[in-house]
Amino acid sequence: MSSRESILSKIKASQPEQRALPGLTGLNLQVDLVFQKYREVLTSIGGTVVEVGSFDEIKTFIMSEYNTSLRLITTLPELADIAETGWLEADPHSLSDVELTIIRGVFGVAENGAVWLTEKEMGQRVAPFICQNLAIVIQKENIVADLHLAYERIGNEENNFSTFLAGPSKTADIEQSLVLGAHGSRSLVVFVL
Amino acid sequence: MQHSEAADIFNKDVERTTWHDETLWWVRQKRDKVAFQIPEWESLRETASQIKNNVLSNLHDYLVSFEEQAIRNGVKVHWAADAEEHNQIVLSILRENNINSLSKSKSMLTEECHMNEFLSHNGIDVIDTDLGERIVQLRQEPPSHIVMPAIHLKKEDVSDTFHEHLNTEKGNNDPQYLTEVARHHLREKFLERKLALTGVNFAVAETGEFVVCTNEGNADMGAHLADVHIACMGFEKIIPKREHLGVFLRLLARSATGQPITTYSSHFRKPREGQQMHIVIVDNGRSTQLGRKDFRNSLKCIRCAACMNTCPVYRRSGGHSYHNAVAGPIGSILAPNLDMTKFADLPFASTLCGSCSNVCPVKIDIHDQLYKWRQVLVQSGHAPTVKKLGMKAMNFTFSHPAAYQLGGSVGRKIMKALPFLVNNGMNPWFKNREMPEPPSESFRDWYKKNRKK
Repeated sequence: MSSRESILSKIKASQPEQRALPGLTGLNLQVDLVFQKYREVLTSIGGTVVEVGSFDEIKTFIMSEYNTSLRLITTLPELADIAETGWLEADPHSLSDVELTIIRGVFGVAENGAVWLTEKEMGQRVAPFICQNLAIVIQKENIVADLHLAYERIGNEENNFSTFLAGPSKTADIEQSLVLGAHGSRSLVVFVL
Repeated sequence: MQHSEAADIFNKDVERTTWHDETLWWVRQKRDKVAFQIPEWESLRETASQIKNNVLSNLHDYLVSFEEQAIRNGVKVHWAADAEEHNQIVLSILRENNINSLSKSKSMLTEECHMNEFLSHNGIDVIDTDLGERIVQLRQEPPSHIVMPAIHLKKEDVSDTFHEHLNTEKGNNDPQYLTEVARHHLREKFLERKLALTGVNFAVAETGEFVVCTNEGNADMGAHLADVHIACMGFEKIIPKREHLGVFLRLLARSATGQPITTYSSHFRKPREGQQMHIVIVDNGRSTQLGRKDFRNSLKCIRCAACMNTCPVYRRSGGHSYHNAVAGPIGSILAPNLDMTKFADLPFASTLCGSCSNVCPVKIDIHDQLYKWRQVLVQSGHAPTVKKLGMKAMNFTFSHPAAYQLGGSVGRKIMKALPFLVNNGMNPWFKNREMPEPPSESFRDWYKKNRKK
């Protein structure tokens, strides 16, 4: 008998009697002002929310806040004049010198400051992780209150890879001192359009 | 070494023990702060518990469904009956691909299987990429905590270790500086390693996807740069549907560190184009635990470590005292299942105060199980001799009233006349305590006297 068969038959013989799955109603977080809550939570975990009215404002912000002499990449055609767009098919290792990645996020989650990203928005899976700094653009109306609503929204979508990304990469492994920029991006700006 | 002996050594450094105690309690308080901000917290815990009960009762079908979906997604699924088979599977994947080094993000399962030692004996170089794990790996120590692997160390220790291995400035203890050096050191490894190994936090039966949570981003850096990704999971990581992730991801980081969610909660469903993805599903005693009615609930654990942070014994004895990959209260109910002789001491390393059960996000009856393990271990002859003799003496005394009275009266006289016989280091009750004044008479004597009147 293979390990698969022996494990599964042992499990079948040992598992307890049937217990029903609970419903997921009554678990939602009451959030009155979804955008305000999102900004408050993301700020508290080290991220920055920047409200903008147009892509021109995003460009102005990027030009003044980041070192634009270094490598900037984006998946957004609106930013093609300030950041590279031809990297989608490149070897992921070649992105190791990226200073700033700018991508679109599908939606935000107010209760935890996360942004939902799928492989499509990332351009390449490694792009939001390997960059020194990360900026994500979301629409103000695309912020949900909590994770239950988030998964309702995701539904049965078939994404090859996706992630909830909440804030800059961090660690507190040295004496519980919080340090931003462990392996992933050192900073996160979420532009809310 | 038994937990109590190791704890004795840990406690010799009073200052450090106090620091360890206070730091973990601070993490526990952070957990409370965020939990109290969620009015539906208790409903969430109850729901998570019920989902996990349903998982335990349907594990067979959920695992079959998960495998089927994962294969459909282009993932290769392996099954390992025990630690040895798990390690062999990982080695064979390395060999098939002619790879002799890998980057690893946190996986307590591979600690449980002692995979690093096995692979290094076979000429494979394993780099732990979680900062805390890298620190303890350089020091050739096991992690002392499942979420904060280097919580037993001070920044001076880390500085010394990094100075020795990574050429940092001697005496520079700044966490920012030390982390920056580790970032550069490990980035190199991420870029050169062709194989990445990660753990699994949740595996979804309905979709075949699995979720890996990190704050540092090391699982993602490893997996998205490597040609081969191996994800290792104990079979209890299964959850029925994607929507249940909403419940568990709300509970996990809040219970663990007081964060609203981990920085990265990555959902892996299909390999990247040209990439190989493997999942190793491991039993290693879990099916036996599933068959133990009193202890099967321990398989509901989502490894948040809230029970460790709150445990007065863990906080003052340190994770290494538990001599097991998973320390603390949950480790003490998981370990005896693997080896009753080796881990017979662990269920006794508890005050049974119940704080662990109160913070557990999936409502495992941890302290009840500790109590039940004690009975199983004593009945099956696994209790240490001293404890057995003590229990026998106690049993005799309590079932023979004459012996009980005699013992009480002799004890009172000795404490009065020759206090040094009791107030010395040979008496464990004297440690850190003053012995009480001996009463002049027993309650029984008092009762007799007063009821006569």
